[in-house]
Amino acid sequence: MSGRTFAQKVLSRASGTEAEVGDTVVATVDLAMSHENAALVSRIFHEIGAPAVWDPEKIVLVFDHRIPASTISAAEGHKTVREFAEKKGIINFYRHGEGICHQVLPEKGHVRPGALIVGSDSHTSTYGAFGAFATGIGATEMAAVWATGELWFRVPETLRIINEGVLPPYTMSKDLMLRIIGDIGADGANYRCVEYVGEAVDEMTISSRMVLCNMAIEMGAKAGVCFPDQKTRDYLAARSVSLDGELFSDEDAEMSHCELDVSDLVPLVAAPHSVDNVCSASSLSDMTVDQAVLGSCTNGRLEDLHAAASLLDGKSISPSVRLIVVPASKEVYRMAMEDGTLATLADAGGIVVNPGCGPCLGAHQGLLASGERAIATTNRNFRGRMGSPEAEIYLASPLTVAASALRGRITDPRELMS
Amino acid sequence: MIEGRIWKYGDHVNTDLIIPGRYLDNYDVPTLAEHAMEDIDPLFVSKVRRGDILVAGRNFGCGSSREQAPLVLKEKGVGAIVAVSFARIFYRNAINIGLPVVVADLTSLDEGDVLSIDLSRGLLRSASGWESSFRPLPPQLLELLEKGGLVSSLRERFKH
Ligand code: SF4
Repeated sequence: MSGRTFAQKVLSRASGTEAEVGDTVVATVDLAMSHENAALVSRIFHEIGAPAVWDPEKIVLVFDHRIPASTISAAEGHKTVREFAEKKGIINFYRHGEGICHQVLPEKGHVRPGALIVGSDSHTSTYGAFGAFATGIGATEMAAVWATGELWFRVPETLRIINEGVLPPYTMSKDLMLRIIGDIGADGANYRCVEYVGEAVDEMTISSRMVLCNMAIEMGAKAGVCFPDQKTRDYLAARSVSLDGELFSDEDAEMSHCELDVSDLVPLVAAPHSVDNVCSASSLSDMTVDQAVLGSCTNGRLEDLHAAASLLDGKSISPSVRLIVVPASKEVYRMAMEDGTLATLADAGGIVVNPGCGPCLGAHQGLLASGERAIATTNRNFRGRMGSPEAEIYLASPLTVAASALRGRITDPRELMS
Repeated sequence: MIEGRIWKYGDHVNTDLIIPGRYLDNYDVPTLAEHAMEDIDPLFVSKVRRGDILVAGRNFGCGSSREQAPLVLKEKGVGAIVAVSFARIFYRNAINIGLPVVVADLTSLDEGDVLSIDLSRGLLRSASGWESSFRPLPPQLLELLEKGGLVSSLRERFKH
């Protein structure tokens, strides 16, 4: 018998079966996350007619998409969710701008290795950076999970991406991720579990690994994972998370492989209107930008703010650019405030807004007018994602976004190398 | 048996195109549905009729997990979506809300042609005389579709 994959092991444990790849199993989830769309989920939950939620302690709710409420309907939605949480006894409820769900859950110790986590948000795959099997689901499915704790899953095939070499200066895990998506395409990993391994991943911080797992969905993956090592354990131990459940693929497990050498990586950009439309930042240097966005569940962590601040310290951004800075969480906000990073970014001309999704999904805090161009550290450049459908969104690393804000046009950060 | 006129779209029709995030503070599906496909096909809402079928290329429904994407299409009367491939969350969502999805390449058909789909036998036939087959959904999922989706099937379970 050949070895078993990580995905197979998690879904076998959660379903109490010996699951083979391709099987459809009914598994009990360990954690279920929803954000503002809990308003929709709760309505469907009522339609199902279940008397109570299956386990109030395993449901986590976070307000992040429109916090503080940006419209009256958003406020009504918040109210619905608050009332539901109160009635059902859901205590893991982050409702006061604690940050983006995908940042808050690990910070607050809800994510553990080997867990099966579902979220009614596609970037739920982010928790794979801690060795969890985490995947996005829809609102109806979430209502079913709230009612029963169970859901059907097809045990996915695995694609292992082996990243050899060391990231060159001025490149970040975002550049690596854009390169992978550019290479394999926006549906290149459809339905599969992607494992990120190799020297480049071993060397990465947890924050950088979160970028890889976060954007796994942008190539269609069901889940992305970086296997736990000492860095993971230190992060989790500091948050009192049990490390018992760690799972790894067997070396002889059947999977497809793709190898790449990161040592010649350059700063990259995903051009409109798809994430796999990738080119080098330097090839776009005649493109002016109106807005630069530093934030999101992809790149709104302390290391991202630090990277931007390292280029902007003591300087002023181009007067024609609006730089919007959105720390991913209150914890990040606080650390960046205490170490002076927020002051540096604000002094350079940045508009620092409260932790949350910010303009990432085009709900508030910096929408684009027609004909405008933004460069953002976010994860989607779909038409209309950040405001007008006639606007353009370019995706890049925090360094490239900061360099572009400084110059007022898309800029390879290596041009600013001192 | 599903039968309807077809409307054609390309590859990678993402969920922001199907229903833009800027409208999602509203949870009322009929109101939301007025914006269905607005950024890719502004005429969609006025031209689509009950029972019409969307035909698309690769990776239909990629992007967000927003279930409002299949919901607004269903609300506007879309009877089925046939695509070369689907993004997985959209695919699950569609089945779970009772909107049939079929994996097949119909991109060579002409817009406006009338297509009939036999879900359980896996047959496709167009008024212009074209025929093809596809692998039907597994029986549990077909049953879910027949019951009108996951909610109706769970409602039965909690009645007892
Ligand atoms: S930051 Fe953007 S991608 Fe991340 S959860 Fe919020 S809206 Fe979604």
